[in-house]
Amino acid sequence: MQAVMMFEAQALECIRDDRLLFRDLSFTVGEGEVLQIEGPNGSGKTSLLRIICGLRLPESGEIHWYGEPVRGNREDYYANMVYIGHLPCIKGDLTVMENIRSLLDARSQTLGREVIEAALAKVGLASYEDVPGKALSSGQRRRILLAFVHLSQAKLWILDEPLTALDVQGVALMESMILEHRAAGGSVVFTTHHGMQLDCEMRSVQLGRGARQQQGEWDED
Amino acid sequence: MLKAYYHLLLRDLRLALRSRHELANPLIFFVLVVTLFPLAVTPTPEALRAMAPGVIWVSALLAVLLSLDRLFKQDYEDGSLDQLMLSPNPLMILVLAKVTAHWLLTGLPLVIVAPLLGMFMSLPTEAVMVLIYSLLLGTPVLSLIGAIGVSLTVAVNRGGVLLSLIILPLYIPILIFGANAVDVAMDGMSVKGQLYFLAAVLALSLSLAPLATSVALRITASR
Repeated sequence: MQAVMMFEAQALECIRDDRLLFRDLSFTVGEGEVLQIEGPNGSGKTSLLRIICGLRLPESGEIHWYGEPVRGNREDYYANMVYIGHLPCIKGDLTVMENIRSLLDARSQTLGREVIEAALAKVGLASYEDVPGKALSSGQRRRILLAFVHLSQAKLWILDEPLTALDVQGVALMESMILEHRAAGGSVVFTTHHGMQLDCEMRSVQLGRGARQQQGEWDED
Repeated sequence: MLKAYYHLLLRDLRLALRSRHELANPLIFFVLVVTLFPLAVTPTPEALRAMAPGVIWVSALLAVLLSLDRLFKQDYEDGSLDQLMLSPNPLMILVLAKVTAHWLLTGLPLVIVAPLLGMFMSLPTEAVMVLIYSLLLGTPVLSLIGAIGVSLTVAVNRGGVLLSLIILPLYIPILIFGANAVDVAMDGMSVKGQLYFLAAVLALSLSLAPLATSVALRITASR
């Protein structure tokens, strides 16, 4: 089955503090594909994800969204992509509802209260709408981000260590969300050090020294 | 696009109103410095009047400088800044929303208490009016230019000194023309020139500073 190509990274190179993290890294992500970025600590997984979402500029190379270079055409890409990183993005002084609203506002999405409540219930935060962010545990904060990703209607999810601070049910929830998203034709690029058991076809990109795995159409040296 | 501006402005105002102690800091600083001055020098009305424009303008400028850190720090530390940069809306608009919120929370309160402090420093009424005008035109510029400096230094630990070094030179023209306007008004001369200059700088920074700030933020994020 040949999926429609959604995202393409071309010959990316990243240097951090005079250290070459990767060079000539190319890969594609098609509709309905799940791609895991693997590698030891410090191998550049987070840097790669930040390059993919355009927060960081690669030393060389380019990223394309449906065949168009992302540089100079951010709006279309950003409207269809959602990224969550290591940081919680949660304000202690805002309630759960206000927090998720302000995340969605940045994406120009205005959703009804019921829709957001349903998403919060899905991630196990029902009846937490009016609790201030500072009263939440770090796992609960991550769950708000899961609700945000779920509501974002983005085609491409870029998830940096999405399982951090999540409990067993949280991990299972993340897994089922990814499978659901994939079934709907969405794509996911993620990193994790925790075992994620995804009952689907999955590809991986290997980063880090000594990694010489070549799979499918992308390779890295 | 306007919606994004409005939502972010509202969010920042709401956040600030929920941590009021931080909100009061620049205002308290401003009032304290200006009220302590007469205690440290000979408090004759003439002497106070001569010093007033300079003292009030310098205190206002430093009060804004001290509050600048708040502009992007929290958003940078909790990752919200990344989300703003990934917004399909132009980053400039979002920057402008944050700067507007900053001015409403620091600049505007300074403008409001300035007349009281002016009278306290025995400024004549006409000069107090000019003081209000000059601060009204000048403080938004301080916020706008300050945003450029903060966006460059937000990733630096203890970037306070660096921030002052970057933006104080840019603040100096505002200080000179703002204080001079009040000075000239006391002598009963026309202040149009000074106020027009401040208005021109405001127009210039309103159009260019958000652009410079958004570019600087992208550079900061790409490290």
